[in-house]
This record gives sequence, structure tokens and C-alpha cells, in this order.
Amino acid sequence: MSAAPVGVARGWLSGLGRGARETLSYVWLLGVLLLFWQWRATASPSPFVPPVSDALQTLRSEWFSGSASQLFLSEIFRDNAFASLARATQGWLVAAMVGVSLGVVLGVWRAAWEFANPVVRFGMSVPSTVLLPIAVVLFGITSSMNVFLIAFGSMWVVLVNTMDGVRNIDETAMLTARSLRLSRFRAFSRVLVPAASPHIVTGLRVSIGIALILMVVSELFAATEGIGYYIVYNQRTFQYRKVWGAVFLLAFLGVALNGLFALFETWTLRWHRARGRGE
Amino acid sequence: MESPLLQIDRLSKSYPSRRGTIQAIDDVTFHVGRGEFVSVVGPSGCGKTTLLMGIAGLRSLTGGDVRLHGQTIVEPPEGMAVVFQDYSRSLFPWLTVASNVGLPLRGRGMPRAKITETIERSLHAVGLHGVAELHPWQLSGGMQQRVAIARGLAQNPEILLMDEPFASVDAQTRANLEDLLLDVWSDYGMTVLFVTHDIDEAVYLADRVVVLTASPARVDQIIGVDLPRPRHQLATKARPEFARLRARVFELVMGSAR
Repeated sequence: MSAAPVGVARGWLSGLGRGARETLSYVWLLGVLLLFWQWRATASPSPFVPPVSDALQTLRSEWFSGSASQLFLSEIFRDNAFASLARATQGWLVAAMVGVSLGVVLGVWRAAWEFANPVVRFGMSVPSTVLLPIAVVLFGITSSMNVFLIAFGSMWVVLVNTMDGVRNIDETAMLTARSLRLSRFRAFSRVLVPAASPHIVTGLRVSIGIALILMVVSELFAATEGIGYYIVYNQRTFQYRKVWGAVFLLAFLGVALNGLFALFETWTLRWHRARGRGE
Repeated sequence: MESPLLQIDRLSKSYPSRRGTIQAIDDVTFHVGRGEFVSVVGPSGCGKTTLLMGIAGLRSLTGGDVRLHGQTIVEPPEGMAVVFQDYSRSLFPWLTVASNVGLPLRGRGMPRAKITETIERSLHAVGLHGVAELHPWQLSGGMQQRVAIARGLAQNPEILLMDEPFASVDAQTRANLEDLLLDVWSDYGMTVLFVTHDIDEAVYLADRVVVLTASPARVDQIIGVDLPRPRHQLATKARPEFARLRARVFELVMGSAR
């Protein structure tokens, strides 16, 4: 009895491309949960939790209602999302550069590590959000404050991963680099950093998530534009659809940034994966 | 009398350990003349690799010294290249074959065209064609070790140090690589110091064989190999002198291992 519809569904599924089927099997739970939300919110309306469709509609009209020449980005997007993304990018880049450089130094130089170890542990253990009031005092309510907080908070994981990566570099690789009489710079750029790159990339990936969190949190409390500011502003004026729209925007941005980073990762570590398969 | 190219003089190396000091290498003295092919054999675990790394300036020593052209070696010197046993770890997997071979040449003010030419010549010398843009892990073990040898050749060394370079390839590949090595040795007019645990290989390749004792490593005997060149896997090994030399080295190595 039930064999026929299942068979039809299977036939329909296999009619889709392999990629589409994989995507479907990947996101079906999310779809189910959103449908459930939609059903509950429609059945018993609440001013605080609008149906998903309303939130997504608000997301579109608020953020993506620009003209085609503006890539459909609205003025709100250009004013707030650009500001947020610029802060996150700046802060993350500083974190990446400082984290990788210090990580390499501490990984190579044992004495420096022993010296810096307590500082690193302390820095890692302080929840970065707690530094927000201090950052506001130091920088005022400026973009530099947000950038500082993002950089500070997302640096540690890069630093520690880089250090681990450098420490675990195979000894033969280091002996080889020495026997080739590479200059300090070439040993760093051609051997040390690539050899540690699987660890470094892991640190960078985690730090993106931290940077996004700190971006929003710092804007919730102290900013005059940005996605976090937009959320707080609309929450205070009881416009919960807009709040939810921005929440979805943040989710999409997070997914997009992680996707971009995954591409970068695949490209930089292709030797690592391929070697794993080959051996 | 002209001083030899490489002079190893009363070399010793000891490690501190919980049960006192462990002597790994004790008073090793020998020399390698210009253009010579010298093998070093010894029982497994006698400290051959430690000795070679010490000679290369890659490991510190506790006594004696190594001189290249009369200059004491502290750090890896110009004119000396090393081929490591484990090619999968000494070739860099993130670089292509060409970049691996060219790595020691770059950043030294050598013109780009000359670098490209040297890479090509080195790969050609080890019989590799059409692999320059591949990565090491796309090649077989024997081919990877050829790349490592090519990287050594690219440095245009006066002396090539080799640490059991053919220990992890199969027997047939090994025979091919041995003959390849003898070819490039004579083509490039280099000097080779070759560490191995394989007695046949040591005798087959070398002008002289330095036999080490079991731990701590000392020079047991230095045996001259007067087999005619060019050598041939079948003809040379069929000679009675080869069998005699082989038996002699075998006895020394096994005797000291006991």
C-alpha cells in the first residue's frame, strides 16, 4: 500500500541532482523546526515571537529592498551591516596577524613560552565581554572600541592553536629546513607556517565565530550603528519583527562567512587532505 | 700532502640520562677525500644517524670536531647537502616537486632563469620527467627519494651526506636508486658519505667502508673496496672479491653486535 508513494518520493528524490539531495538531507531538520515554529506562532500569536514568514519578510524589506544597482542592499544594510562587518573584519584581521605571529614566536622559543604562559592563560580565561565596560572607558563609544574588543577576544584561540601547530612540526622537516640553509624569513614562510597551517586554520575558523559574537555583543551595549545597535533600538521600540529579522540576518551572515572560510581552508590545506588520502 | 675534504676528528656524543651518561658515539675518527664515495655501516641502533647529523652540523656534539676544507662545522655549511632517510617528511608536501627542489636556491640572488634551469637539470639527472608541477605525495616512494636527491644536487654540493636513503623502498627500486646514485656521483664529480645498515649496499657503492662497532659507536675498521668501476648489480656482485669483502664486513658487524 505505502510502497507506491515511497517509491514515487524516491524516484522524485533521485531525479534531483546528487548535490541537491545531499543539501536536502543536510537541512531537513532545520526545515522541520522552522515549519513547527511557523505553525505555533500562527496558531497562538504573540507580539514577541512572530511567525517565521513575517520575520523573513521583515528581513527582506528592511535589509534587502535596495535597487539592483545596489545589489539589492537597502540603506539600512549599508548603514548597519557594513559597519558591523567592517568592525568584525578589522578586529579579526588584527587577531589573525597578532595571533599567528605571537603563536609562532612562542612555539619556537621555549623560554618565551614559559615566560608568557601565565599571561596567555589569564588572557584566555577572561571572558572578553567583561572587558566591554573597560574598553568603553578607554576608547569611548567608537568603532575602535568594538574593533579592539573583537581583536582581543578572538586572538587567543589563534595564538594557542598556532603555538601548538608550531610545536608539533615534525623534527625531520625542521632539520631539513636547517640543512637547506634557508634564511630566517624563508624558513618561516615556506616551512614553519605551512607545516603548522592545519592547526593555524583551525584556530582561525574558531576565531571567526568568536569575532561575530563580540561584534554583536559590543554593538548591543555601545554603538551608534551596526546590526547589534539595530537590534537593541528595535527591541526598545517594541518592533520584534525587526529584531527577529536581524537575528536571521546574523545567522545568514555567519553561515556565509563560514562558507567562505571553508573555501579558503580547502584551498590552503589541499596538500594536507590529499596526503591523508594518499598514505 | 693535501688535507682531505672532510675530516672527522675524535668525534664523541653523550646524552645525560636517569642512569647516568649514555655514550652514543665514542672517539670516531676518519676522513673522506675529494671525489670519494665512503659508506658507513654498523649494527642497527649503533648511532649512525646521530653521527651523520653531527657531521652535518644539525646536532651538537660533545667532543671532537668535523672540518670541511679545514673549517670546523658548527652549522650546516655551504657545499654540503643532506638526503634524509624519511623522504615523506623531508620533502615538503605543500610545495610542488619543482618548488621543493628549488627551495634552497631561492632568496639568494640567483637569477630566476638560472633557478629554473638548475631545477630542470637536477630532475633530469635523477631521471624524473614531467613531474615538476606535481606534489611529492602524488609520486611513489622511489620517485620521492629521487626528488630528495635532486634537491641535494640542486645545491651543487661538494659533498652529499646520505642517511639510509634507500631503507624504505622495495628491493628492485633500491637497486635502481643505487645505480642512479653512482651515475650522478660520477656525473657531478661529488663526494658522497653514505650511511646504511645494508652491508651489500655499503660494499657495492663505496670506495671505502667505515665499519662501526655497536653502541657506543667506534670505528672498528676501515675497509678499502677495490672493485672496478663502473659497477654493475649482477657482474660486480658475482665477483669473488665482492663476496670476500661482503663476508668480512658482515663478520665485523655481526661480531660487534654480539
